[in-house]
Amino acid sequence: MTTINPITDVATAMHLSEASVSVELETPDMTLNIGPQHPSTHGVLRLVAQVDGERILSVEPVIGYMHRGYEKLAEVRTYAQITALVNRIDWVSGFANEIPFIVAAERLMGVEVPERAQYIRLILTELARISSHLIFTSSYPLEIGAATPLMHALRERERVLELLEGVTGGRFHPNFNRIGGVKPAAGSGSQTRKDVQDLPAGFLAETREAMQRVLDVCDDLDTLVTGNEIFRARTVGVGVIPLDKGIDYGVSGPNLRASGTNFDLRKHTDYLPYDRFEFEIPAGTNGDCFDRYLMRLEEIREACKIIIQAVDSIPSGPLQAKVPKIIKVPAGEVYVRAENPKGEMGYHLISEGGRMPYRLKIRTASFSNLSVLPWLLEDTLVPDIIAILGSLDFVLGDVDR
Amino acid sequence: MIVNFWVTLGIKMALVLGVMLVGALVSIFGELKISAHMQSRIGPYFAGGRWGWAQPLADGLKFIQKEEIIPDTVDVRVFKLAPYVVLMGTMAIYVVIPFGPDMVAGNLDLGVFYVLAISSISTVGVLMAGWSSGNKYSLMGGLRAAAQLIAYELPLVLAVVGVVILAGTLSLNGIVEAQAQWQWFGVTPEWLNVIPPYLILQAVGFAIFLTASLAELSRTPFDMPIAESELVMGYLTEYSGLRFTMFFLGEYAGMVALAAIASTLFLGGYWLPFVSDDLLNFIGPVVLITKIALLVFLFIWMRWTFPRLREDQLQQLAWRILIPVALANIVVTAVLKVVF
Repeated sequence: MTTINPITDVATAMHLSEASVSVELETPDMTLNIGPQHPSTHGVLRLVAQVDGERILSVEPVIGYMHRGYEKLAEVRTYAQITALVNRIDWVSGFANEIPFIVAAERLMGVEVPERAQYIRLILTELARISSHLIFTSSYPLEIGAATPLMHALRERERVLELLEGVTGGRFHPNFNRIGGVKPAAGSGSQTRKDVQDLPAGFLAETREAMQRVLDVCDDLDTLVTGNEIFRARTVGVGVIPLDKGIDYGVSGPNLRASGTNFDLRKHTDYLPYDRFEFEIPAGTNGDCFDRYLMRLEEIREACKIIIQAVDSIPSGPLQAKVPKIIKVPAGEVYVRAENPKGEMGYHLISEGGRMPYRLKIRTASFSNLSVLPWLLEDTLVPDIIAILGSLDFVLGDVDR
Repeated sequence: MIVNFWVTLGIKMALVLGVMLVGALVSIFGELKISAHMQSRIGPYFAGGRWGWAQPLADGLKFIQKEEIIPDTVDVRVFKLAPYVVLMGTMAIYVVIPFGPDMVAGNLDLGVFYVLAISSISTVGVLMAGWSSGNKYSLMGGLRAAAQLIAYELPLVLAVVGVVILAGTLSLNGIVEAQAQWQWFGVTPEWLNVIPPYLILQAVGFAIFLTASLAELSRTPFDMPIAESELVMGYLTEYSGLRFTMFFLGEYAGMVALAAIASTLFLGGYWLPFVSDDLLNFIGPVVLITKIALLVFLFIWMRWTFPRLREDQLQQLAWRILIPVALANIVVTAVLKVVF
């Protein structure tokens, strides 16, 4: 034991102080498992993140916790049974999942769908889009930390779900499409007298009213969220996807349009009669989280526009084309893609002429949108993971299917 | 004589504990109801028979009944101690809050200094909780809380300095009296001081104090240490049962305590004009509680309006904006004090 007198023994004191300073503190990288059980991974997504404090070095998404084997199941189900399956791919917009599949089967069979049925499909698809986007616009601020917009948006989403339920009998999983048309609506009349089967009474008027309320809540969200300084600080310039990167990774839907394109399958393909309505395709400029949020808010407004036009101009007529009792799809191959709320959804249907498909390949939007994640999350901060993850708006059922 | 001392001490301790618990429960109930009405909900409705007033009590009873789960990786002693440290730090603030000229558990000459020092103790508890939980999310939450405390303790202290310069005392009672006797250019009658003079003269300080105390309490927009969408529940992740209740109570008791300090320093505390000191001992608490309620409402309102900031933005706000502004406020206050 030596005692140090700081005045007389300066050399020792200096040596000791230098020694204590030059001890290097090691901070090893930490592996942070975000999920599969985590409040903001929208289900069972798992992210294996290498973090240095709050900074992220790399992220590896692990998917497959919700794989249900729908593609394989579809090979041993009849066409009518498959609509019940595809409902559950993206459960937030169940109805929109059915459309491209049923259109694919109809194209192979060469069935002409009655006008009124097409309009009903279109209205319900747009309602599903609104309900999906309202979920996003309510849960995204929640992930950033604001809980109040959630309640206001979900309150109006309830109206939309009630409308869906009124027609189809199901809030999330309608299973409403039939090959050649739509199912007779619940409570619309006798099951045996085909001439009275139609939309429930008052549906069209209630839809108009609900659309007004949805537009109102969009304005509420504008004042509550869009203009909020902190919300902008958290999202503007965060998670930028340049257009070419987005295309390379197969990003689609509002996520891609936020990067500055107005490519929308509703304008470019004819799976539903969208060409008869006036609506805009909103496009962003920066491709950051804020733009992706804005895209969806604008798309709600455009969807309301479409629905109001469709409700005003819906033709009368039968709901169902003449199809055989036992549905057999002729041999052939078809790919139908559609603009779903989450992005581009496609069904590649191969039939060998039986009651069941030979192969059904499902292309889902969330899966491709999620693939950009490791590139996007590199060198960001932990709070940004949540902001970016939320802004991509994926559903785990849509990723794993 | 010695018995007398212990009896007084016991009564004071019981009162401090009672005020803290009631304050925390009432503000929890306020948050439940106010947030519900902001979100077009009803909120608690059945417990207690009317307006669901007993909901916080029912929640508390439920937590007491719950099994406490302590994971294997936990540093048990620190883990168990942490909630008490948090609650203790908050409770100690109540000792010096003056509810009337004589209605104060301990009138310290260094009251302001004591409050600022003791309020940081609870962050030590938070850091203990985060470290001992043996959970990565808890650790990050604890570290965020520590970083936040270091950043926001400075503007908090600097904001108070302006008041201390004007009042010329560090005693909380002294500061209230100084506000009561404040004279605008030496002639103003007493009744004008109902409008708190420091609210006008120290408006900048008040704003900084409120912002910094929100950060101290880690409430939205500064709730990064808990941030349930990122860190699950931050340092609270592994806590359950009674110990979770302690943290929960500590959070709301802290909110009431800082609101009380803010209303004492900037809003004139318990004082009313034309009321004698004796009467003020009865009316004072009502006056102070009204002011506390206003500030607590403000805190709740902010929580349900704003999203949360990011960690780096939080630090920038403290070091680049709040601290320079607070320093400028001190300089201006000091100059004015000398000139007038």
